[in-house]
Amino acid sequence: MTTTGPEDNLPVALRTEALEQLLTELGLIEPQVMNGIIAKYETSVGPLNGAKVVARAWTDPGYRRRLLDDGTAAIKELGFSGQQGEHIVVVENTATVHNVVVCTLCSCYPWPVLGLPPSWYKDPAYRARMVREPRTVLSEMGLDLADDVQITVRDSTSEVRWLVLPERPAGTEQLSEEELVPLVTRDAMVGVAKAGAP
Amino acid sequence: MSAPPDIEGLAAPPRSNGELVFAEPWESRAFGMAVTLYEAGTFTWPQFQTALIARIAVWEAGAAHGEPYNYYRLWLAALEDVLAGLGAVATDEVTTRAQALARRPRGHDRRNHPDDQDHAH
Repeated sequence: MTTTGPEDNLPVALRTEALEQLLTELGLIEPQVMNGIIAKYETSVGPLNGAKVVARAWTDPGYRRRLLDDGTAAIKELGFSGQQGEHIVVVENTATVHNVVVCTLCSCYPWPVLGLPPSWYKDPAYRARMVREPRTVLSEMGLDLADDVQITVRDSTSEVRWLVLPERPAGTEQLSEEELVPLVTRDAMVGVAKAGAP
Repeated sequence: MSAPPDIEGLAAPPRSNGELVFAEPWESRAFGMAVTLYEAGTFTWPQFQTALIARIAVWEAGAAHGEPYNYYRLWLAALEDVLAGLGAVATDEVTTRAQALARRPRGHDRRNHPDDQDHAH
């Protein structure tokens, strides 16, 4: 591998700016198009999408079944699709089974439903340790699971991007789909937390 | 929320959905370039992802070197690798341009900065 990029002493912001200039001059990127893409991921694509999917699954048994059968298709029903959303597989957390998602090789993540990953998800320590000692890492992140809860670590790749369907919190039977949405956090859909109490 | 305040300190893993997507502006530009080029068909996503995985693996193999992990730094390097591999933009071109940008006079981007001596008041 050539010794370039981050290995030299130029600030990375300058390299980024240089590359953007060159690509624009070559006609390979249009700044307007690129600004639109960035703005989309900064403002409109985020965990609220996934929360709507989960709340629908909690309140509509038919939708829940479709979601567990074919995540990508069921998510598209609600209008969420796009890059990194092509192969979403949804797994359900219950009182006895807990799924948690990691990407050990890079940071694969279901962008259309969760937005871009938070920094801890990209961190080498999270990626390495969640596989080896999930119960400990979850505990450090504030989620203590009973010893009889079976933990399954799901490794996202370009072929499969996992999304957790969290367990519906107790005492929410009377809440409407709209009222349930705020209880569904990003962390619950990655599996490092449970859905919140109302 | 219901979490006690003592676990909400700076060292605690983020628990809310409110974290900034990008820590610095250049990260958003590096992200945007890769997605824009992918959507324009310049390369496939697996091509980029393979390069990113390789860059991350190199960092992890040399993790003792003390350089802090920066995901978007590796992302940018992977993007440069793919573009160089395609013959679209050579790495040296990026270096040369970045060096030229580094030589820009102070205040080039601060039109109304009080230190800007070019203003004739």
